Amino acid sequence: MIRFLLKGLFHDRSRSRLPIIVVAIGVMLAVFMNAYITGFMGDTIEMNARFTHGHLKVMTRAYAENEGQVPNDLALTEVSALKEELSGRFPELDWAARIQFGGLVDVPDEFGETRSQGPAAGMGIDLLSPDSREAGRLNIQKSIVRGRIVQNAGEALLAEQFSRKLGVDPGDEVTLIGSTMHGSMSMYNFRVAGTVSFGVEALDRGTIIVDIEDARNALDMYDAAGELIGLFETGFYDDERALEIARAFNTPFEEDKDEYAPVMKTLTQQGSMGQLVKMLDVWGIYIIAIFIVAMALVLWNAGLLGGLRRYGEFGVRLAMGEEKNHLYRTLIYESIFIGIAGAFIGTAIGLFFAALVQKYGINISGLMEGSAMMYPSAIRTRITTTDYYIGFIPGLFATIIGTMLAGIGIYRRKTSQLFKELEA
Amino acid sequence: MENSAIIKINDLVKSFPMGKTHFTALRDINLTIGRGEFTGLVGPSGSGKTTLLNIVGSLDTPTSGEAWVLDHSVGRLSARQSAQLRKEELGFIFQSYNLLVVHTVYENVEFPLLLLKIGAPERKKMVMDALEWVGLTDKVRSKPPQLSGGECQRVAIARAMVKKPSLVLADEPTANLDAANSHHILKTMVNLNRELNTTFLFATHDEKVIKYLRRKIYLLDGKIDKISEQEQT
Ligand SMILES: Nc1ncnc2c1ncn2[C@@H]1O[C@H](COP(=O)(O)OP(=O)(O)O)[C@@H](O)[C@H]1O
Ligand SMILES: [Mg+2]
Repeated sequence: MIRFLLKGLFHDRSRSRLPIIVVAIGVMLAVFMNAYITGFMGDTIEMNARFTHGHLKVMTRAYAENEGQVPNDLALTEVSALKEELSGRFPELDWAARIQFGGLVDVPDEFGETRSQGPAAGMGIDLLSPDSREAGRLNIQKSIVRGRIVQNAGEALLAEQFSRKLGVDPGDEVTLIGSTMHGSMSMYNFRVAGTVSFGVEALDRGTIIVDIEDARNALDMYDAAGELIGLFETGFYDDERALEIARAFNTPFEEDKDEYAPVMKTLTQQGSMGQLVKMLDVWGIYIIAIFIVAMALVLWNAGLLGGLRRYGEFGVRLAMGEEKNHLYRTLIYESIFIGIAGAFIGTAIGLFFAALVQKYGINISGLMEGSAMMYPSAIRTRITTTDYYIGFIPGLFATIIGTMLAGIGIYRRKTSQLFKELEA
Repeated sequence: MENSAIIKINDLVKSFPMGKTHFTALRDINLTIGRGEFTGLVGPSGSGKTTLLNIVGSLDTPTSGEAWVLDHSVGRLSARQSAQLRKEELGFIFQSYNLLVVHTVYENVEFPLLLLKIGAPERKKMVMDALEWVGLTDKVRSKPPQLSGGECQRVAIARAMVKKPSLVLADEPTANLDAANSHHILKTMVNLNRELNTTFLFATHDEKVIKYLRRKIYLLDGKIDKISEQEQT
């Protein structure tokens, strides 16, 4: 009987072609969308991880509570020992100390008077240790617009946009006016090594990047740092593992009432990152649901049209003694076959396009201008194992549901009536 | 005598709802047809032949009265039971052939055997036998659109006969055929009736068919007008 049905499907192309095309298109879109969203959201998450949150971040409790104000008076101390401990206990992550700071960048004229001035968001990161991966992590080399990367102590990078506003060129000296860890005013001179543009509005406005040792000197933060960030060596955030590590790290300090005690937070426990990661998880489900409904509607209608054409066949089959239930079941078997075939084709095409976009990317920097959030400037899909099977869910469900709805017509008509339609 | 009756119809009435009233297509039908008969319902268009044939074929049910087919009262069968009756005992031949157009001649004839779950080797033999009865063994792989009307109807006969049913119901089987083809398929059916003792019940107003019938049941406006017995053997 199955062979009989398959022959019918193969020989009657109008029975299989349209539904297979519909399913293939729907599945292709579903697979591509999923890879696209995984890629886009994943990139957004990883970008935020690399620039600000880390996959995990250690701060003091008090610092964590006021993180938005970058309160360096509440910074971690004895950071080298802490970093060593972290690297020993959690070697699956790369740990790096960072200092974020606010202040004014002042540009003096030849008499030492202020020529221009602007508020700055500073980042002190390890740019000079030979084993540091921070420069690569922030993609600094590729973001250089003028001049070069920081190679010596006392050098700084300015956001290109910021340097234009201040009228500063590479080679010029600027003064950073800030406050030390202990609350007094600090002034520290830097030579501008180069300018950078990350293509991210939030970073291009007023960023100054310096080596962390310079930041320590400038802000009187000997062996201190606002935060220690850890990034998984795999390059991808793993929420479950991150939560485990954070729990392991935090447990011994639970009883400790000291507000300078360290606390470790996962990416999802910081800012709006948690929502973003959760969204990434439920997106797949939304996509599947939408495609199931949309395709089922199309297939239902296609099935109704196809069914009308086939009432003659149904009438004869019933006359020969086939039961309506059996007939209905055979239609569903057919739809399962169509669903699988369509899903195969759609998945293959969807993966093909996803692989192209994963490789070459689509530039969207123009679209994200003015956004305060950090978004990647190019869309890259990311193919995960999910993409290999995700299309089969809407593909099969939609064909089966569509056929079940369309096939009800068999029951609504009397057998003799199905017949009349073919006699006509 | 009861034993040899394959169809027994008592006081049968069939009416169809028509808006608020209803239309009575058959009334006061009393009829017995014995095994091995080659009989026809004869009457002008609209006289109720198809309606009666559909009831005998358990595709429809009587409004009142009873239609016994092979000791089953058609009106009292469940959907499943009537499907089983059709599957095991009845064969249908239609005016417009109603072959499965996307399937080959072979597959069309094979289908009733698939429903009966007959094993592959036996099935093959039965299909080839049936195609031999109608002289179509050379068209096994053809599909209906490649066949002439006469050939299509012969496939339909093979399909109806392949499971050797007790009763074959043929509704205007020659209406779309020319004289030569009509005679050909009628001769085929007469032979099958003789060799397999299959009962044939026709619905027709075609003189060519009427000539072959051994008994004619004349219908007029839903009633039996007269029954003419056996004039040739
Ligand atoms: N389902 C139906 N609903 C209403 N009227 C019907 C239906 N089927 C048949 N009839 C009517 O019953 C009468 C007999 O029809 P039918 O049995 O098809 O005649 P025949 O086959 O002798 O030409 C016709 O007047 C026809 O219009
Ligand atoms: Mg008729």
